[in-house]
Amino acid sequence: MNFDFTAEAPKLMMLLYGVIAFAAVVGLLLLVLDVLPARKDRWIALGLLAPAGLLLLVGLIVPAIRTMVLAFMNADSSEFVGLENFGWMFTDKNSGMLPDFSSDPVQYGVLLSTLLWVLLVPTVSTAVGLVYAVMVDRARFESFAKSLVFMPMAISFVGAGIIWKFVYEYRQEGTEQIGLLNQFVVALGGTPQQWLLDGPWNTLFLIVVLVWIQAGFAMVVLSAAIKAIPADIVEAARIDGVTAWQMFWRVTIPSIRPALVVVLVTISIGTLKVFDIVRTMTGGQFGTSVVANEMYTYSFRADEKGKGAALAVLLFLFVIPIVIYQVRLMRRRRLEGAR
Amino acid sequence: MSTGTETIVAAPDAEVPPTVGGRVRKKLTSRTASAVSLVIALLWTVPTIGVLVSSIRPENEIKSNGWWNFFANPQFTLENYEQVLFGSRSASGGLAGYFINSLVITIPSVLFPLAFCALAAYALAWTRFRGRDWVYIGIFALQIVPLQMALIPLLSFFNYGVSLGGVQLLPAWDLDGPAKFITVWFAHTCFALPLGIFLLHNFMAELPGDLVEAAKVDGASHSKIFRSVVLPLIVPALASFAIFQFLWVWNDLLVALIFAGGPKNAPLTVRLAELAGNRGNEWQRLTAAAFVSIIVPLTVFLSLQRYFVRGLLAGSVKG
Repeated sequence: MNFDFTAEAPKLMMLLYGVIAFAAVVGLLLLVLDVLPARKDRWIALGLLAPAGLLLLVGLIVPAIRTMVLAFMNADSSEFVGLENFGWMFTDKNSGMLPDFSSDPVQYGVLLSTLLWVLLVPTVSTAVGLVYAVMVDRARFESFAKSLVFMPMAISFVGAGIIWKFVYEYRQEGTEQIGLLNQFVVALGGTPQQWLLDGPWNTLFLIVVLVWIQAGFAMVVLSAAIKAIPADIVEAARIDGVTAWQMFWRVTIPSIRPALVVVLVTISIGTLKVFDIVRTMTGGQFGTSVVANEMYTYSFRADEKGKGAALAVLLFLFVIPIVIYQVRLMRRRRLEGAR
Repeated sequence: MSTGTETIVAAPDAEVPPTVGGRVRKKLTSRTASAVSLVIALLWTVPTIGVLVSSIRPENEIKSNGWWNFFANPQFTLENYEQVLFGSRSASGGLAGYFINSLVITIPSVLFPLAFCALAAYALAWTRFRGRDWVYIGIFALQIVPLQMALIPLLSFFNYGVSLGGVQLLPAWDLDGPAKFITVWFAHTCFALPLGIFLLHNFMAELPGDLVEAAKVDGASHSKIFRSVVLPLIVPALASFAIFQFLWVWNDLLVALIFAGGPKNAPLTVRLAELAGNRGNEWQRLTAAAFVSIIVPLTVFLSLQRYFVRGLLAGSVKG
């Protein structure tokens, strides 16, 4: 035991100050608003929006604009270099961004790896979530069964990374395996593999971890959507004598399509920014790095602010088409509803 | 896993009564359906159980054979936990300190956005001023800006202040020691606002307008209406946003890595990622450490799951 509690006291004091500051700010705001007459909505709105607005401006809007500028500047942001950082990303063979199919093992490169994540994680987690939601719907232990799959959502990406690193743990052939996956392989008569080291498959084993986390989210949202399907539609289909298969594809899927789109879009956007899993499990080595990890490395480890900012802008640019797609879908749905 | 997918495809075809829409109960009597859901449920829980079981096994056991042997030959110890929580930092211990850091970071990072979002959402839902809808749309749109876009300038704002053309407009924050937590709170609060305002606005806008109007006719000020009419009615929404934000902050690695600085202020996730990198083979410590970081969010989550789900549905399906 060499844990010194007195060393922790200043931190707890800081926590206390923080909470007091919080109470003071909120109390003061409400007090000021009390004094103002209720008629002047404009001033009251200003007062209510001021803290959030200021923080958004200082912490998000201005920095985001600044990042867009930095993306066109050099490593220490002292001069403009035009599109050099983006050129580096898409044309420089040594940047690690581009795929190299001639090497052995095949290198996906950061851009293609990220694309692989964004394609696989949303689709697979949604599929698993949907199947599970359908299977356990109205089952006896439904809420318990759902909690099991939902639980990984509470676990940090770092924690999940460690959990799965343990599953993938490798011991030499002939010694007893301690990782579940290799034990499984050995039991089936195979040879144990270094799942996280050997490309190009290692990226897939990292992707499994995010699927494991996100499937619960998909399952909960889709399950709620399934329960909201009007009973008479299902009943009518049943009277028409459809099979379960037809019911699934012609009734269930069309009825929950809006929820499906939302789930896919939400998970895609989250997947684009995946960082913690790669950082914890491989540190981005062995050809597993993704854009968000490179962004962190270049900006805060390598002191290459220009490249880091350009990578952040790239992430932002990737999000935009996904959002446009969702907005267009939503608008079409609204128009159809209005008719 | 390959067997899993095959059965998934086959399942709805089998002897399932036509109930996939979810109206009839008999479905799970189908063996394939139960088998598929069982396989998924196992895949989703066994890895976590493996870590939990390993964390209470002695070191040489963990390193020499698989955790599943625990059930045949149970050997139990709490030494791993003692070591990671209270052992010296150099021996990958000291997690108790990081645990406190996590708490100190998380609590204000939940409270501040909660209050600011509620106030802003109220203004956007229940006061009238020109351009209100545009402000709302603007905040809504900010949700798509990845936080990566803000990191570099925000860090330089804390470290060097703001200068324009050689003139220092704002000084550097110059915080160290425990005061460094303020920058982490600040960053987390800013990043939480767009989603929080959006979520709470959705709830507030749905409250019956008569209620607010009646209070106004009675001469209540906005602050009074906010406190005694609106706030009590949106408690469930506040709860769901608070849980959301709590899980997000407690589990965050990126913001903490950048803004929390050294080991004195870093939360559990940062330490855990470090351990996974440096001491990837010391599973007795890694598993116990992982469990220390998981236990708090897991408890919060399991006990307040209902609110969390409600928030999730409000945020994703309605939007």
